[in-house]
Amino acid sequence: MDILLQQIINGLVQGSIYALVALGYTMVYGIMGLINFAHGEVVMIGTLVSITVAGSLIEAGMPVSLAGMAGLSASVLACMALGWGLERIAYRPLRNAPRLTPLITAIGMSIVLQNLAMMIWGRNYLTFPSFLPKIDFELAGANFTAIQVIIVVVSATTMGGLLLLVYRTKLGMAMRATAQNPAVASLMGVNINRVIAAAFVIGSALGALAGVMVGSYYEIAHYQMGFMLGLKAFTAAVLGGIGNLAGAMLGGVLLGIIEALGAGYIGDLTGGFLGSNYQDIFAFVVLIVVLMFKPSGLFGEKTGDRA
Amino acid sequence: MTSRFFRSAVGIGLLAVALIALPFVAALGGQAWVRILDFAILYIFLALGLNIVVGFAGLLDLGYIAFYAVGAYTWALLASPHFGLHLPIWVILPIGASLACLAGVVLGSPTLKLRGDYLAIVTLGFGEIVRIFLNNLNAPINITNGPQGITLIDPVAFGSFKFSGTTQIFGLALSGPQKYYYLLVTLAILVVVINLRLQHSRIGRAWQAIREDEVAAKAVGINTRNIKLLAFAMGASFGGIAGGIFSAMQGFVSPESFSLIESIMVLSMVVLGGMGHIPGVILGAVLLSILPEALRYGIGPLQTAVFGKMLVDPESLRMLAFGLALVLVMRFKPAGLWPSPTRQRELAEAKS
Repeated sequence: MDILLQQIINGLVQGSIYALVALGYTMVYGIMGLINFAHGEVVMIGTLVSITVAGSLIEAGMPVSLAGMAGLSASVLACMALGWGLERIAYRPLRNAPRLTPLITAIGMSIVLQNLAMMIWGRNYLTFPSFLPKIDFELAGANFTAIQVIIVVVSATTMGGLLLLVYRTKLGMAMRATAQNPAVASLMGVNINRVIAAAFVIGSALGALAGVMVGSYYEIAHYQMGFMLGLKAFTAAVLGGIGNLAGAMLGGVLLGIIEALGAGYIGDLTGGFLGSNYQDIFAFVVLIVVLMFKPSGLFGEKTGDRA
Repeated sequence: MTSRFFRSAVGIGLLAVALIALPFVAALGGQAWVRILDFAILYIFLALGLNIVVGFAGLLDLGYIAFYAVGAYTWALLASPHFGLHLPIWVILPIGASLACLAGVVLGSPTLKLRGDYLAIVTLGFGEIVRIFLNNLNAPINITNGPQGITLIDPVAFGSFKFSGTTQIFGLALSGPQKYYYLLVTLAILVVVINLRLQHSRIGRAWQAIREDEVAAKAVGINTRNIKLLAFAMGASFGGIAGGIFSAMQGFVSPESFSLIESIMVLSMVVLGGMGHIPGVILGAVLLSILPEALRYGIGPLQTAVFGKMLVDPESLRMLAFGLALVLVMRFKPAGLWPSPTRQRELAEAKS
């Protein structure tokens, strides 16, 4: 029983991170109908920026918590700028191009960002400075740390904030209008370019936040970390129904929990034939099975027809 | 009429001479360049296989390399000391192709009702699943030898004629990579012919109809499910054959060669060249397989020449340049470098 609870807690933490990253994919997809393949790299850059900033501030003698906040803000700002730049360079000029064209530019940008990061931060694993005191809690036989609690609380609050933004503000209304029909939205006075840029910027900010949380959770970062994280988060977004905000959140959390449970129990289920090194498979198996029965994800609306 | 026939005959003749002479020209720069040439042709093969799925039928497949992996591992397991099996090419290649085809059908039959990006992510997931299995199937029973991969794989051989090592033919010394080159060119020409014949066949037109509008295609009586499945299976079989040759040519396979980035590479070749247009796809494959290698040889010396020393790691700089090239080409030629004339016209019409 305590293993079950423990794995659910671990899954919830990992899932909140997936959810935050998935929101970046789903916002862009919902509005423009394209997969922003470079989003995982944005998250990676966010993590590495926060390491550099916070690390050097701590070295300069700043209190750890303050340096952590500074690192977080720097990383959010850097990623917002990066998201904005990505949209301007790789996506805006191709808005009327064939559907696969922006996919290739996204892949190109992701290769560029990964190699830039390798040039700046090197090939080695970097250790993440610990911002937070290590406090352990125990609940019904399961252990969890302060960081885990913070990750879940911060993600939930941020997602709540995003929902408020999208459903209660003028910008949010403009976003939803653009998602439904860009041409008509633009006739009603919505500045499409601004709305799309906003989607990229907000998505990247969420990505930066997720990146800092991943970093402080695993205390390690690497220039290739964005790839798998992005892939899983994208899977989560599709699982929930891509383009749907609540879907991305639930998809993320669900994926995290399924993965954790899968990794915890796969050995018992297969009589020791498959071990926890198959953890990464669960995300994809679940995805394929769900899409077989619900072709547009758990909460998705019908989307476009063509590749 | 006669002069046109004459001109195309001359064109084909010149092309044939160029294709025959190419490995000798490349060998002047060292056998490494012949090897690069071999891989370029292997990528043409792969890209044309994927072109059937993505270009003709319009199904976005991001896990294409999984079928390549199936073919490669089939060859590796049936012709290496790993299981002590050394079957001839006539047995392995058909088995590899059919296994890949089967994998295509198994993946395709439940998922082909998905549309657009949902299909893309499912194929991507499938590709990752295959790779993870290859990586981990070394315990409890050692099937794939895990991340170490399989070594000492038999080369392609017809009877006693082996494609590895140097042989003397008509007084000419032919190196291993040069022999593989001729084998690959023959196969590639075969695939080009198959692609060309398919394009305007009944099946090819059905694929294009599905690509343009699936509902309308269904309405005019095309069995969309079977036709889509056929595209998938056919693309997968080509992938399987290419994988087998890859495995034999390298003498070594490991799961690392079949990561998502490889799928993405092949897709980039198709899209960058000009989706659905055979000459375009060939151009894309040649460019994207040669460019990184050319950059590898060009960027290091260039840096030393300009700055007097190595400033940044040439390996990352070359990938950086490669990524930028992808972005720039798509930015200025959104339909690809050499799109089919019809597609170009459609795009121009859509803009005006």
